[in-house]
Amino acid sequence: MRFALFWIFSVAALGGSIGVVANVRNPINSALNLVVTMLALAGLYVLLEAQFVGLIQVMVYAGAIVVLFLFVIMLLNLRGSGTTGAEVQPLVKIAGTAVVAISSFFLLRVLSTGRAPWPDVDPSYGTTRAIGEALYTDYVLAVQVAGVLLAGILAAVVLAKKRLD
Amino acid sequence: MGDISPFQFQLVAALIFMIGVVGVLTRRNVIVMFMCIELMLNAANLSLVAFSREVGDDQGQIFAFMVMVVAAVEVAVGLAIIISLVRNRDTVNIEDASQMKW
Repeated sequence: MRFALFWIFSVAALGGSIGVVANVRNPINSALNLVVTMLALAGLYVLLEAQFVGLIQVMVYAGAIVVLFLFVIMLLNLRGSGTTGAEVQPLVKIAGTAVVAISSFFLLRVLSTGRAPWPDVDPSYGTTRAIGEALYTDYVLAVQVAGVLLAGILAAVVLAKKRLD
Repeated sequence: MGDISPFQFQLVAALIFMIGVVGVLTRRNVIVMFMCIELMLNAANLSLVAFSREVGDDQGQIFAFMVMVVAAVEVAVGLAIIISLVRNRDTVNIEDASQMKW
């Protein structure tokens, strides 16, 4: 069961992310493929017994971030207005392929070395309660700093505002 | 966890990251490039959560949570920059936004 779910979610995540990149016609299709990827990743998180992160993934990524993308695409009304873009230089293509090939090689070398099996974790692992307790005790400073960071959204308001002149 | 090995989760994360890199390098639409950056952040998150499960400690999930917080703010600011780019230049092609290029 877990095995089947893992394959379903992995194929959905990979297919969705390929859809984001390969869709050259309309950015809306890319955004919808992004939703598929985010939901599949949430499924993988739940498979890894990280329920809280999976929940936040659905709410923040699939719910908020992709909707923001869709809002902007529709607000700008980009359909057919120069979205195809210029031809990528061959040097960039070669460099990109080389970077991907070399880093894939090293990643596979590193990741395919001997791995321990999954350890047993207690039932509270990854629950909202466990993560919340850790966030408000050991990581309280990080939570505070993240709260300050959210003030950066004010910068978004200033940037997107029409010029006052 | 059945027959799934930690390696398989890391492989999925690595592949998604690679797809994101290829997207940023090949696409010229600013919005799609931005989505590819989100893909890379998500791949890193999957890697963190998988390592967290492999070690049996939930610190990695807290890292992933913090990455999500940063990503949310980054999307808000980045999309605002894209909006002002389109307002000033009337384009979403990254090649047309080159006045700061060396």
